[in-house]
Amino acid sequence: MRIGVVTFPGSLDDRDAQRAIRIAGAEPVALWHGEHDLRGVDAIVLPGGFSYGDYLRAGAIASLSPIMAEVIDAANSGMPVLGICNGFQMLTEAHLLEGGLIRNDHGSFICRDQQLRVENTDTVWTSGFASGQEITIPLKNGEGGFIASAETLAELEGEGRVVVRYVGLNPNGSLNDIAGITNARGNVVGLMPHPEHAVEAGFGPDTASAMRSGTDGLTFFTSAIERMLASA
Amino acid sequence: MPTIVVEVMPKAELLDPQGKAVAGVLGRLGKTRFTSVRLGKRFELTVDGPVDEAVLAEVRELADSVLSNAVIEDVVGIHVVGADSTVGVSA
Repeated sequence: MRIGVVTFPGSLDDRDAQRAIRIAGAEPVALWHGEHDLRGVDAIVLPGGFSYGDYLRAGAIASLSPIMAEVIDAANSGMPVLGICNGFQMLTEAHLLEGGLIRNDHGSFICRDQQLRVENTDTVWTSGFASGQEITIPLKNGEGGFIASAETLAELEGEGRVVVRYVGLNPNGSLNDIAGITNARGNVVGLMPHPEHAVEAGFGPDTASAMRSGTDGLTFFTSAIERMLASA
Repeated sequence: MPTIVVEVMPKAELLDPQGKAVAGVLGRLGKTRFTSVRLGKRFELTVDGPVDEAVLAEVRELADSVLSNAVIEDVVGIHVVGADSTVGVSA
């Protein structure tokens, strides 16, 4: 099982995503934004960071990168694609996911361990969670406010396409506390919080049992691997 | 050389945290007559030759597809400044 991680100019969490994939039991494959080559991967992660310094709009220039032509084709033919933070912003700019991300309503960058509720466990990336399961993974962004038109919002809610929702505190003014969404097919998921930073005890968020022991993010990656193995 | 100016603003119904921050500092400076500030973007696209209808059509298309994101922004103005333009102001 090979999962590609695309590195863009200004990507920051590409190595963390590769590490998460390795810990989850798959082989990470480094992909480059300037090439038209997916190197035969089975799934793709668009990592967090500040591609092109968030110039124009967050994720906008990266969404027009050479490799995105292949990523969009692969996503449309059912390949699992996960966009984390800046990757989520790219997915909305590439029109693979609806809505958009704007500057946090309070105007500040925020970095915290964020509690989420998993509301859709039918996606490729969340099938290993229990429906309604509450998890904690890091969140760190300046432009994480999810917005969409009233019609799009009603469609996302009506079709159960809100994947994760903020619990306890809405950290950025996202409409309906939305932290992540999926496409109709369930193979493309984008979220602002960072599952790849909560995959190994000692390096994750604090839990009730021990400091930095949280590994709730790992299930995003193991879900996709198990789903792909089951359908292989 | 003629320049085509494209102006993009955050959608009116959306909170504009940058504009709000600027409004906040105006208040702190005692400039209380301004009830709100909104902050957008201005793009200047320079071309070598004259600006004809085909160039403007291309700019309108780019304004909607690349320079702005219709989910969060509106293109509020497209106009030509500088010499050699064969057409005037257009929206």
